[in-house]
Amino acid sequence: MKRFIPFIVFVVLAVFFYVGLSLNPREVPSPFIGKPAPAFSLPVVGEPGRSFGPEQMRGKVWLLNVWAPWCVACRQEHGFLMQLARSGAVPIVGLNWKDKDREAEVLLAQVGNPYFVVADDLDGRVGIDYGVTGTPETYVIDREGIVRLKHISPITPEVWKAKFEPLLKELGV
Amino acid sequence: MIPELGHFALIVALLLALAQGILPIVGAQRGNAAFMAVARPAAQGQFVFVLFAFGCLAYSFLTHDFSVENVARNSYSQLPAIYRFTATWGSHEGSLLLWALILAVWTTAVTVFSRHLPEDMAARVIGVMGLISSGFLAFLLATSNPFLRLVPAAAEGNDMNPLLQDPGMVLHPPMLYMGYVGFSVAFAFAIAALLSGRLDAAWARWSRPWTTVAWTFLTIGIALGSWWAYYELGWGGWWFWDPTENASFMPWLAGTALIHSLAVTEKRGAFKSWTVLLAIAAFSLSLLGTFLVRSGVLSSVHAFATDPARGVFILGFLGVVIGGSLLLYAWRAPQLAAGGGFGWFSRESLLLANNAFLIAALGAVLLGTLYPLFMDALNLGKISVGPPYFNAVFIPLITPALFLAGVGPLVRWKQASLPELAIRLKWAFAVALVSAALLPLTLDGMNFMASLGLFLALWIVFTVATGFIDRLKHGAGSLAARLKALPRAFWGMQLAHFGLALAVTGATVVSNYESERDVRMNIGDHVELAGYTFTFQGATPVPGPNYQAMRGRVEVSRDGKRLDVLQPEKRVYHASGMPMTEAAIDYGLWRDIYVSLGEPLAGGAWSVRVYHKPFVGWLWLGALFLALGGGLAASDRRYRIAFKKETQQAGLAEAAQGQRA
Repeated sequence: MKRFIPFIVFVVLAVFFYVGLSLNPREVPSPFIGKPAPAFSLPVVGEPGRSFGPEQMRGKVWLLNVWAPWCVACRQEHGFLMQLARSGAVPIVGLNWKDKDREAEVLLAQVGNPYFVVADDLDGRVGIDYGVTGTPETYVIDREGIVRLKHISPITPEVWKAKFEPLLKELGV
Repeated sequence: MIPELGHFALIVALLLALAQGILPIVGAQRGNAAFMAVARPAAQGQFVFVLFAFGCLAYSFLTHDFSVENVARNSYSQLPAIYRFTATWGSHEGSLLLWALILAVWTTAVTVFSRHLPEDMAARVIGVMGLISSGFLAFLLATSNPFLRLVPAAAEGNDMNPLLQDPGMVLHPPMLYMGYVGFSVAFAFAIAALLSGRLDAAWARWSRPWTTVAWTFLTIGIALGSWWAYYELGWGGWWFWDPTENASFMPWLAGTALIHSLAVTEKRGAFKSWTVLLAIAAFSLSLLGTFLVRSGVLSSVHAFATDPARGVFILGFLGVVIGGSLLLYAWRAPQLAAGGGFGWFSRESLLLANNAFLIAALGAVLLGTLYPLFMDALNLGKISVGPPYFNAVFIPLITPALFLAGVGPLVRWKQASLPELAIRLKWAFAVALVSAALLPLTLDGMNFMASLGLFLALWIVFTVATGFIDRLKHGAGSLAARLKALPRAFWGMQLAHFGLALAVTGATVVSNYESERDVRMNIGDHVELAGYTFTFQGATPVPGPNYQAMRGRVEVSRDGKRLDVLQPEKRVYHASGMPMTEAAIDYGLWRDIYVSLGEPLAGGAWSVRVYHKPFVGWLWLGALFLALGGGLAASDRRYRIAFKKETQQAGLAEAAQGQRA
């Protein structure tokens, strides 16, 4: 049996790798989970004079999607967000992060706008309050204004099924 | 249009790789010459198409085609041309394409330099490489297409990761991949030998130069990576035991063991099954490295965008390649005849011990690298394993291997006499031991780790010298003539071992005697370190092509004499907003002076880090000797003669066939 030892060692390693694939080593629990979403008041893209803050969403479960026109990875999830918006399952608020070239309005007109409202975080301050490390990031915020989930990287249908759907069901959406 | 041509070329390359992988192996099993003859043209054709695809991607980068997603993500309109070219392999997709290209280069080299092999052996070797290539090309096309379009096209790119915008990064990945992928040749030889059931000394002789060349490239690649980390990350460290570094170090350890084990198999016919296993292990660890870095299973400073679908694909591929070859090994192992016997004290036994220590060290590195994954998978919490673990287990395991590196070459094959050797080496041993114990005392008192490292380095140097003296005692002619008459294989081994001594010295001295200070400096402030005075003369803004830099001026002087003005930079890259530290280094044989800028503070002051790093350059000097030794050993006369003679024979045979036709 000695000659099978290398093979067996490899099989054990492979099983660990397989399990490891579904784990995310970078996913350190966010300190904001279970805490109230940090308050802010930002101008709304495309509607001069209007401002938006999380308190306006009280009583609703909603998504805060941090994105930017210059972010290529955000384009990956754009199609899925459009689908989601059309289904009307949950309102998506966009946080237009560090859009220095002021391109958000034009781009959304071009490719379609999945957002209920887009808040304009030009200098990235609100991003800092939320602990944004990059785009895209998506937060689920519940009826009481508590952050329930933070997802880093684009939302794919698989991620949606695995992470978002169970939580939204639990929140009664 | 160009990206679509590249995509199409990849598809053609995959089809050729499949033909190259399947037909010659089937042909070799059935003795079908026509099938076997497919191997070379298919491999060379595959190379042409992969090269074309690579050219298309490079063209898209060079011409700023931001309608290609890969370009939009990894390039920028103001990125200098050289980095636009290296950005070709800066992304996940591009680096896999480079992998495939380098595999095609190695395969093509095999098709050219394998004419002296029996036809079925060559067909199997090229076939196995074709199967590996099929896997990688399928992976590229299925999950990581580098030519994907972005609709609508981006107006501007996201820029290349600023860490990679560096001259060191131009050469590091290609060299590393030349090493990683080069082990596929030794692997293919081992699999071909297992398939044919002919594992003999000839197989070991064929594999040896290929293995040595791959190992040489890997050595250069690792050294470049370490040098890059040293001057680019701004902390003056040269090895971090980061998962990605380990991913390249593990194949290196396995490759080092393989080189030594192949020597025994070739010369004495022993260790056959061990050598086969090492050949499989070296390449498997290269693949594993790719998996670890590309799948996101482990977090590392080298994080690339990761995607579980890719991970599943690579894991499946690993399962087929590694699992399959280990099963093949288990099936054939009973047929591997034991080679010539040897005494308990002989070169064979010492090489076996050296192998055992190298593999134990490798196991320790593997365990430390994967431990966080094991814990996470078993739900025992998220932990990370740092340098203290690696230093604590790696040093004790590598110490005996280094000691043996000194003794091994002086011991005869088959049966040697320990007392005789002890008498010959007693002075080398005594002088090394006493000097190593005393040297730290002249600096700052007893230091066991420093003494240990210095002893090993001196021991290797003395035994290398003894090896030369032994060889030069006999023989005719002048000393120069006798030195020239020594075979390159001997030179290669001795230079590589000498390089090891240099690297050990560098690592030992810099780890034990470096000093640093991290201070707030106003304009005109001085700071003293290791006898040097550093004077901060302020920082001024300097625009770069795609970044804005603050360039500091730090004057270095010793005993009132000005030595150098160092200009470290702090850069902020436009596209990503990422800050980067560019250290400034005054290089020297005996020490480096290293200055990097921290953060700007109020009133024109900066936090400044200054380092005094004695002997740090010896690390890379040692790597240079290791690589030089590898190059010399691989170009030994007997390989060249064997190649020339057998090519001529093949040429004659072809000419004869031509006449008959």
